[in-house]
Amino acid sequence: MNEYLEYLRINASYIWGLTVQHIELVGIAIIIAIIIGVSIGIYLTTNEDLAETVLAAASVLLTIPSIALFGIMIPFFSLINQGIGFVPALVALVLYSQLPIIRNTYSAIKNVNPAVIDAANGVGMKRRQRLVRVEIPNALPVIMAGIRTAVVLNIGIGVIAAFIGAGGLGTLIVQGITRTDMYSIVTGSIVVSLLAIIADTVLLLIQKRLTPKGIEN
Amino acid sequence: MNQKKIIAIIVRILLYAFVIGFFVYAGVNGYFSPIFEQSDTFWVLVGQHLNLVIISSFLAIVIALPLAVLFTRPRFRKYEWIASNVANLAQTVPSLAVLALAIGILGVGFKPAVFALFIYSVLPIFRNAVAGFNSINPDLIDAGKGMGMKAGQIFWRVEVPNAAYAIIGGLRTAVVLNIGTAALAYYIGGGGLGVWIMTGIELFDNAYLISGAIPVTLMAIGFDYLLRGVGYVISPKSTRQTADTATTT
Amino acid sequence: MISFKHVSKSYTGTEKAVNDVNFEVEQGEIVIFLGPSGCGKTTLLRMVNRLETITEGSILINGQDIGELNEIELRRKIGYVIQSNGLFPNMNIEENVTIVPDLLGWDKKKKHKRYKELMQLIGLDPGEYRKRFPNELSGGQQQRIGVVRALAADPPVMLMDEPFGALDPLIREKIQDEFLQIQREVKKTILFVSHDIDEAIKMADKIVLMRDGEIMQYGTPSDILIHPKNEYVSQFIGRDRAIKHLSLRTIAQLQEEIGLVEIDQSIVDSKQVNVHENLKDTLAMLLNQEADQVIVHDDNDEVQGAITIDRVQRYLHLEMRQKPAQSGGKEKVME
Ligand SMILES: Nc1ncnc2c1ncn2[C@@H]1O[C@H](COP(=O)(O)OP(=O)(O)OP(=O)(O)O)[C@@H](O)[C@H]1O
Ligand SMILES: [Mg+2]
Repeated sequence: MNEYLEYLRINASYIWGLTVQHIELVGIAIIIAIIIGVSIGIYLTTNEDLAETVLAAASVLLTIPSIALFGIMIPFFSLINQGIGFVPALVALVLYSQLPIIRNTYSAIKNVNPAVIDAANGVGMKRRQRLVRVEIPNALPVIMAGIRTAVVLNIGIGVIAAFIGAGGLGTLIVQGITRTDMYSIVTGSIVVSLLAIIADTVLLLIQKRLTPKGIEN
Repeated sequence: MNQKKIIAIIVRILLYAFVIGFFVYAGVNGYFSPIFEQSDTFWVLVGQHLNLVIISSFLAIVIALPLAVLFTRPRFRKYEWIASNVANLAQTVPSLAVLALAIGILGVGFKPAVFALFIYSVLPIFRNAVAGFNSINPDLIDAGKGMGMKAGQIFWRVEVPNAAYAIIGGLRTAVVLNIGTAALAYYIGGGGLGVWIMTGIELFDNAYLISGAIPVTLMAIGFDYLLRGVGYVISPKSTRQTADTATTT
Repeated sequence: MISFKHVSKSYTGTEKAVNDVNFEVEQGEIVIFLGPSGCGKTTLLRMVNRLETITEGSILINGQDIGELNEIELRRKIGYVIQSNGLFPNMNIEENVTIVPDLLGWDKKKKHKRYKELMQLIGLDPGEYRKRFPNELSGGQQQRIGVVRALAADPPVMLMDEPFGALDPLIREKIQDEFLQIQREVKKTILFVSHDIDEAIKMADKIVLMRDGEIMQYGTPSDILIHPKNEYVSQFIGRDRAIKHLSLRTIAQLQEEIGLVEIDQSIVDSKQVNVHENLKDTLAMLLNQEADQVIVHDDNDEVQGAITIDRVQRYLHLEMRQKPAQSGGKEKVME
């Protein structure tokens, strides 16, 4: 135990650095993913045929194992000299986030009570007004739930990104395996778990805060 | 209306074109050559990979389903939250970490890899099965009792058919995750197609990369479809909807 | 005020949900679309604010074809109330009530003033409910909010699709009365969908009775009750509804409410009847053409006046409208 504390003391700033890297990777990915995914989800509500195609594609995408996706992307990113590192990792995380975000956005807006939509049209709201004032506020909790799922997913997948040199907490685990250093493995695992739990909790709080008072049950 | 249909068709065509383009590009550049030139090795790796996945998934089912049944019986239901929370918590541990930690317990090789995959699969199977049993309308069970069914009859005729779709859903998630995690087993000496992927990454060799990654991807997509089909076949239509809608928790 | 000219609607291209409908609605009237489920009431109503397109024909408001108006502006000038109230769950009561003024760009002060007026109209405390959300209100309260939301920008026309349909009968009667009270003040032109004949008789100035997308009869409630145009209409209203009702009333009650008419001396063929005679038998006499007027005596054989078919009709109409007012005891049970 003392030895382990000693390990932590020596490596504290290194671990902290990797944690920050991990958060940066996941954070930037999720922001991009939200912008793309929510927009696509909203657009899909106006185009059923496309929705089917896109949701099917996104769900196939999500079944691709992360290490395999990296493997597939590397040859192409190396064409632009970004074969390994931050960029392919970021792209992979953005792609993986699409299914939960698009699907939740799409179905949340689709599931807004038709009587409420009817009323919105009936009082003379324009398409955009209806979206901003009625559909999005009522869909927000479910959209946020999709974002939460994506974040937790990405924190886990971010670990694999270490294999392709994107840094982050996966580095600790990979190094632990190659040097048979249990301390690194355990530390890496715990910090990743904590990160996931904290992110989930914080996002749940934000979700509660953003939920309009009138639609809590 | 028409314009939207056209957009949908164009997007679909683009997606197919993208996939086909990828395969053509990879083929032309010889990225699939290891599969043909070292086909013996390839099939050994595929075999290892499948063994890892199937053995660990089988063990996980054998353990997780009875546990899920146990924790959803009236007598044990009050402890269910403990089990579910443990499962939730454990789910946040990254797959690579589970593999790495298995080294600490069992050393390196095939067995620790199976063990790690097993541990990692138990959770989604357990969670989904519990959710499936819990989502059954208590009125159904009451109705069963009312008709004079015995506990065993209620379980097999009412509970299992109604929870089946969710259970298969959990299995799907677990197996797909498992295939991906098995690709990391190389790191702890477990073999499988991860061997080629990792070699490709380390040597910057696109041919190994693609020859490892594409079969793993196809395997994951294939199992996903297969189990989805099984879910459709064995579950009553009415029970599917609830499991398919967007998640809020 | 509102004219329907050969209005037809087809969703499928073959069957017609509304078929060649023609009628006029006067300013300040309540016109109720009545008929069985699926006969096209909702469709007809929703064409007025263009929530449904019109397949054939046209609808004119104040002589202007609504097809030529901007649909967004049109909808903002027409109040719309639906059965499941359609309140916005994400907005509090004040925001819900003032949504149309808000869309129209009223300033804050004016909106709030309007909110208070409207809440007073339906007897809900503006301060208490301001920050509440729809799910924190009872069904009856939600429905009232639905009604005043439609009234908020003072639209000349209101469309109401079974607005009280989801309420239990007691609250429903109360809200109907309250609504008639409000209507007496605001004098809107109201198109109102119902499949409840009692509601229609009570509330309507005119009834549009529909079947399979076509109008079976258009007229006042007493008109429809007393002169059903065809077998379908009389079956729909229940053959003996009016008669049954009248058998419970006497000439004396009619006299007290609306008075008798003067005896028309030119009519020779008139019968004599006691003031305590019930109206059903009296009407029967009139309808059987035993007489065009019946001369009414009191118990002391003193002549009180005469009664005609017209008089009975008027009384009937009034009666139907006032029915709940007499069941005052019930209301105390509520709230
Ligand atoms: N969006 C639609 N698409 C196709 N058919 C429709 C649509 N809406 C209504 N219909 C059909 O048009 C006919 C009239 O429907 P409408 O809703 O106007 O009836 P209604 O008189 O309001 O009935 P209810 O009393 O049940 O509300 C019905 O046969 C219905 O099935
Ligand atoms: Mg209707």
